[in-house]
Amino acid sequence: MATKTVQLEIKRQASPDAPAVWEKFEVEWRPGLNVTSALMDIALNPTTADGHATTPVTYDSNCLEEICGSCAMRINGRARMACSSLIDNLEQPIRVEPLTKFPLVRDLQVDRSVLFENLKRVKAWVPIDGTYDLGSGPRVFPQQQEVNYPLSNCISCTCCMEVCPQFNEETGFVGAATIAQVKLFNNHPTGKVFKEERLRALAGDGGVQECGFAQNCVEICPKQIPLTNAISDVSRDVLIQKAKDLLRS
Amino acid sequence: MAAPRIIVVGGGLAGLAAVIKIAEAGGSVDLFSIVPVKRSHSVCAQGGINAAKNLKGEGDTTDKHFDDTIYGGDFLANQTPVKAMCEAAPGIIDLLDRMGVPFNRTPEGLLDFRRFGGTLYNRTAFAGATTGQQLLYALDEQVRRYESDGKVKKYEGWEFLSAVIDSKGQARGITALDLRTMELRSFPADAIILATGGIGAIFGKSTNSVVCTGSAQSAVFQQGVYYANGEFIQVHPTAIPGEDKLRLMSESARGEGGRVWVPRTAGDKRPARQIPEAERFYFLEEWYPKYGNLVPRDIATRAIHKVVYENGLGIDGQPMVYLDLTHIDRATLNRKLEGILDIYEKFVGDDPREVPMKIFPGMHYTMGGLWVDFNQMTNIPGIFAAGECEYQYHGANRLGANSLVSCIFGGFRSGPIALEYAKNLPAAEGDGGASAELARQAEINGRLLKNEGTENPFKLWRELGQTMTERVTVIRYNKGIKQADEKIVELLDRYKKVNLSDRSQWANTTFAFARQLKNMLELSRIVAQGALLRDESRGAHYKPDFPDRNDEKFLKTTKASFTGDPAGPRFEFEDVDIQYIKPRPRRYDVAK
Repeated sequence: MATKTVQLEIKRQASPDAPAVWEKFEVEWRPGLNVTSALMDIALNPTTADGHATTPVTYDSNCLEEICGSCAMRINGRARMACSSLIDNLEQPIRVEPLTKFPLVRDLQVDRSVLFENLKRVKAWVPIDGTYDLGSGPRVFPQQQEVNYPLSNCISCTCCMEVCPQFNEETGFVGAATIAQVKLFNNHPTGKVFKEERLRALAGDGGVQECGFAQNCVEICPKQIPLTNAISDVSRDVLIQKAKDLLRS
Repeated sequence: MAAPRIIVVGGGLAGLAAVIKIAEAGGSVDLFSIVPVKRSHSVCAQGGINAAKNLKGEGDTTDKHFDDTIYGGDFLANQTPVKAMCEAAPGIIDLLDRMGVPFNRTPEGLLDFRRFGGTLYNRTAFAGATTGQQLLYALDEQVRRYESDGKVKKYEGWEFLSAVIDSKGQARGITALDLRTMELRSFPADAIILATGGIGAIFGKSTNSVVCTGSAQSAVFQQGVYYANGEFIQVHPTAIPGEDKLRLMSESARGEGGRVWVPRTAGDKRPARQIPEAERFYFLEEWYPKYGNLVPRDIATRAIHKVVYENGLGIDGQPMVYLDLTHIDRATLNRKLEGILDIYEKFVGDDPREVPMKIFPGMHYTMGGLWVDFNQMTNIPGIFAAGECEYQYHGANRLGANSLVSCIFGGFRSGPIALEYAKNLPAAEGDGGASAELARQAEINGRLLKNEGTENPFKLWRELGQTMTERVTVIRYNKGIKQADEKIVELLDRYKKVNLSDRSQWANTTFAFARQLKNMLELSRIVAQGALLRDESRGAHYKPDFPDRNDEKFLKTTKASFTGDPAGPRFEFEDVDIQYIKPRPRRYDVAK
C-alpha cells in the first residue's frame, strides 16, 4: 500500500541577494503532523519531490508550542505560526514562504529585530528602583489583572505587523504589537510614570496616526490579543497628550 | 584597571537575572543567546513559582518549603543552598510583582496562590498558566532598559562554542559562532556565567525547546568542568504525546483539581464521559490518599507506567491515561488555566473543558548539571553556572514550580559573585589563551565542513533520542543502560563520517546542529554511565533490581569528569550536605 504523503512548496533563497526559487517536497503523512515537523523531515532527507538533492530549509523555531513566537511564516498565504499549523487543516500543496515585511536572512528566516527596537523606543518596562528587597508590589485588583494579562501574552511573532497595510518603510509605523505594550505599561501603577513619554513617542510620524483601521492585526493574532481596542485607547490618550502639550507650550 | 567585563551565556530566566544584578551593580555585560532572549525556553514554564508567602492562612513557612524541597528531592540536594533559596523566594515574588508580572489576584488585590505537587500548602504564585512566559518578559524588559542605557550588549543569534582558558586554568572569555554570518570569534571576559538550560534534546522528543541541547554544558565539561548528578532526569507525568515534541500539560491542571484516571476495565471502548464514576480507576488518589493527584512527578510518572504497562489499563490499550478537568466550571478554567487548555485544543483538536485530556509522561527537566560550589562557581575559576544547567537545587527530583525560583535565585546569586571575582582577577598574560582556543575551534569547524561521509546528523540524533528514551528514563535496568552506552559509542564513531548536506557559510543550521550533536553524544554518556553506577532507587532514578534508596552507599553527589578516553567519563562521589534535615524515608501515601 502506498503511504499517504504531504505535498509542500517552499520558497527558497540562499541569501538576501540570491534569487528566490520554489522547491517542491513530499513527506510522509502522520497523524498530528505540523509544518515544523514537515520541515524537520526534509532535513532528515533533503531531497526535492523530483529527486534533486538540496539543503535543509533554514527557519526559526524553538518551543514548538506557540509561546516563543519564533516560527512565524506565510503558510498558504496567511501569516501564522508553523508549529501550530497542522497539516490536516491545510489545503495541499502547502505553500510556505517567509514573512515579506522584514529583511530576509535565508529561506524562511527573516530579521524581526525592529520590534525589539520599537519596544525600546516606547520604554516598554516598569522602572523599578532596584532589585533589592522593597516589600510587596502595588495592589492590583483581579479586574485590572484581567485587562493586563492578555496584553502581556504578546509573543512578538510580528504577524500583526506582517498583515498591516500601513506597516512599511514609507510610514515607519511601529505596528500593533508595540502599541498594545504601551497600553499595558501605561496601565501599570508604577509603569505609568512614563505614560507621557510613551504617548509622545507615538504622537509623530510612525505613531498611532498611521493606523488605517484595516483590523487585519486583531484578526491574525495567534494569541487573540485585543489589538484594535489597544490602538483606539492609546490613540485617544495620544490625542489628549497632544492637546495638553499644546496648551502647555 | 579597566571595569570588569562579564559574559553571560543564555537569556532565559537565570541568565537575565544574572545580567540585571551585574548591570545594577555597575558592571558591563555581554549577553549571548542562540535565539532572541525573549524566545528562550523559560517561556514554556506554565504553572507557577513557589514561595512560602503564607497568604492563605495555612501557617506556611520557608522552613516548610525547605523541608518539602529536600524531601521531594529524596535528600540528594546539598541543604545549604536550598535553604537559602527557600528563604529568598518570598522576596523574589515581591520583586517580580513590582516589575509588573500580571500574577493572578485575590478579590482583595493580593497575590493568589495555588497548590502544586509534593506539598500540602498553597504556595505557588501564578500568572494564568503561562507563568514562565510572564516572568521571562518581566526580566527581558528590565534587561532592555539596561540595554538602552548601554550597560548590556546583546549578542542574539550567537552560539557559545567554548570557554577561553588561560595557562593558569582560569576563564578569560569565550569563543562563539555567529549563526547568520558563520563568523567565529573570541570575546574576552573576566568571568563567564553559563545559564544554558536543560538537555532535553538528547532524549529526542521531550517537553524542552529546540535549543535545549546541553551543547554548552558539554563543551565546558570537555574542557574540564565537572558534571554532577547527570543520571537524574525528570520525566513529567502529564505531557501531550506529539509527532515532533511532547507538549507539557502543567501540574497546575491537577493543582486546580484535575484528576488522573483510567477505565477500570481494560479495553473499555466507551467515550470517557460515558464511563460512570464507579467504573473509573483514580489510581493516584487510591494509592496516595494524602497527596492524591499532587504526588511529586517521579511518583506520578511511575504510577502511570505501572497502570499502563503492568496493569494493561491504558486508554484503548494505548500508552495514555486521562487527565480530567471537565468537572470544573469553564470560567474558573479560563481564568486559571487558559494558556495550557488552548495548547491542548490547538494541537489535539479536542476542548479539554468538555473532554478529558489524554496524556502520558515525557522527559521534562534536568536535575543534574554543571557542578558548582555554593557560590555558583564551577571547578574552573571564572566559569560560573546558574539555572537548569547546574545541579544544585533539586536533588533527585524537582518539585513543580521550584524551577522558576531556582533559576532566578541562582542567577541573582551568580551575578554579583562573578562581578566580585572579576574585580579581584589579575590581568591576563598576553591574550589569555584566546588565539589558541580560536584556532582549535576553527580546526573543528573546518574539518566538519569538509568531512566526506554518509551519515546524516539529524538521523544520528533520532537514533540517540530513541535509545536514551527507551533505556535511560523512567525504568532503568543495568543491561539496558549498558546497551544505551554502547549505542552512543557507535553513534560517536558514525559521527566521524557525518556528511553535511549544506556546506554554505550563511545561516547554515545543519552545520550548527552537527556541532551540537557531538556535544550531545558526549553528554549522553554522562547520563547513561552515571545511571549505571548508581545501584539504588532515589527520586527520579528508579531501578527495579535495586528498588530501595541506599543512603550508606549512595547518599552522594555523582561527579563526572572528562577523560578523552574511549571508556567514557571518570566518576567520583562527593558527600551531600545534610546538616539541617536528617534523611528519613520518603513516602507520599501519608503526611510526612
